[in-house]
Amino acid sequence: MNASPTAPFTTIIGLEVHVQLQTRTKLFCGCSTQFGAPPNTQVCPTCLGLPGSLPVMNRQAFALALRAALALNCTIAPTTKWDRKNYFYPDLPKGYQISQFDLPFSSAGHLEVVDPKGAFAPRDVGIIRVHLEEDAGKSMHDEAAGTGDTRIDLNRAGTPLCEIVTQPDLRSPQEARAWLNELKLLLVYLGVSDCNMQEGSLRVDANINLHIPQPDGRIAKTPIVEIKNMNSFRSVERALVYETARQYQEWQETKAEMGSKPKQTRGWDEPAGITRGQRAKEESSDYRYFPEPDLVLVTVDAAQLAAVQSGMTEPPTELRKALESRWKISAYDSDVLVNQGRELVGYFEELAGAIGEGKVASNWMQQDVLRTLNERGGTIDAFPVTPAGLADLIRRVTAGDFDTSRAREIFAEMVTSGRSAADVVATLGISAVDDDELLTLCHELLAANPKIVADVRGGKEQAAAGLIGQAKKKNANVNPGKVREKCLELIRAMG
Amino acid sequence: MTISRQDVAKVGLLARLALSEAELDTMTTELSNIVGFVSLLAELDTSHVEPLAHPLDTHNVFRDDIPLPSLTTAEALQSAPRHDGECFLVPAVLNESGAA
Repeated sequence: MNASPTAPFTTIIGLEVHVQLQTRTKLFCGCSTQFGAPPNTQVCPTCLGLPGSLPVMNRQAFALALRAALALNCTIAPTTKWDRKNYFYPDLPKGYQISQFDLPFSSAGHLEVVDPKGAFAPRDVGIIRVHLEEDAGKSMHDEAAGTGDTRIDLNRAGTPLCEIVTQPDLRSPQEARAWLNELKLLLVYLGVSDCNMQEGSLRVDANINLHIPQPDGRIAKTPIVEIKNMNSFRSVERALVYETARQYQEWQETKAEMGSKPKQTRGWDEPAGITRGQRAKEESSDYRYFPEPDLVLVTVDAAQLAAVQSGMTEPPTELRKALESRWKISAYDSDVLVNQGRELVGYFEELAGAIGEGKVASNWMQQDVLRTLNERGGTIDAFPVTPAGLADLIRRVTAGDFDTSRAREIFAEMVTSGRSAADVVATLGISAVDDDELLTLCHELLAANPKIVADVRGGKEQAAAGLIGQAKKKNANVNPGKVREKCLELIRAMG
Repeated sequence: MTISRQDVAKVGLLARLALSEAELDTMTTELSNIVGFVSLLAELDTSHVEPLAHPLDTHNVFRDDIPLPSLTTAEALQSAPRHDGECFLVPAVLNESGAA
């Protein structure tokens, strides 16, 4: 259920996103962050929380976090500190997580999401804060083994995370999913994170409640629920859709409002397609935050900020606009291209530059290059046809050497063989049909088809279509459009 | 500011300390004395003093993002009460998720 104009309530959604920063080492020690290593092989006294060890901040982690915050239009604090968030859990060896509480390094940003098809109005989502913290380890419990032990792998403990907290500005599950896609695209573009959800590099929790207008004009607000355990953006959307319906039903049954009970955490059960209640959320003061004495303050001055800003690549929003004005393509086209990643945009721009035309290049990208990539798998940097090679092919089409369907065959052959258009054209016996050849062919066709000629002269121009098939049989290289044009011209000349 | 017996009980619970009734009494008195002592600071006018977030006057201490050797798994696990050669073993934890 998306918030339709007829829904008797407004859906209020805020997101909390954790992204793993693309560093080689952990936040406070030199252990590798490489995913997939055997358990407890990337651990040291610091990330194991052994006595006497001390954390030292990873310069690159802070730089990447700064980049993310700037791209999210946040204000950067001139001075920032870290705090200990205390709680007991077996995957948290120190008994506290080093996080940021009252002086996060950034706050008050925003990121807009626009749907080019207009499925929802553009939504500018406020960012409350972005802060830098360490990850916990991984607990593995074998349910099948019954009351067995929980196994703890601390490879992930101490991995640098950016936590991004939005304002409750989203108004539908669909918007939430689209916004997450935009956030992911941005972070991947900037090289901040690979945002791989399967590997846990991006995790989302969602807060949701409903605002229900009452007959007396008051707005009733349902208790806020935090949904966890969603493993894809699709799951996020599904969970929010489910939770919207569940909360509305609960409201109708209980009339329970926000504040009548503590904030509830519910886990998304993907196979069952439902959310289930979990423990009551501890109040934030229960974490007994206090300043981390083992880390000194970090200050950022204007010069450092300018340096980070100038080293940043164009974010997706600006890139879309740039493509639209530079190559005169539609918002829809620029969205499709930009959403495929920076490398594909690079390919497109090279292609468009080579043929001096944006729309044609964009069509080839979407209809042929992307389709081929989807079928073959792989990435654009390993694509067997270079932008220059494809440009050469397109130029031949534009020059009228052959039609688009013939060009598609040539393109397919270029992809499989990795050879140039000229090469493929030569081997397939494809050669441009010159004007003399075309003229001879048309004369033959007209001589052999008096009925069609008569029909056309009688005013039925569409009868000329019968000539095209025959022309193709006589010479596979002819351009159907040119055959038709030439034949009509000859018939008209007959008077 | 005084510390109530309830405050001490709550903090004790959060710190996973099983305090006896007698210990609760002692702790309540002692903690109240400590907090009372520190609260002397509240008598000072600090309106013109910049808040201090860290006692050391250094800042921006970083390390480069260069991998260093980790411990071996055997070394990492050697002080664990229980392990299976690969992972630390702890009593089954169900239906909860750690805060991140």
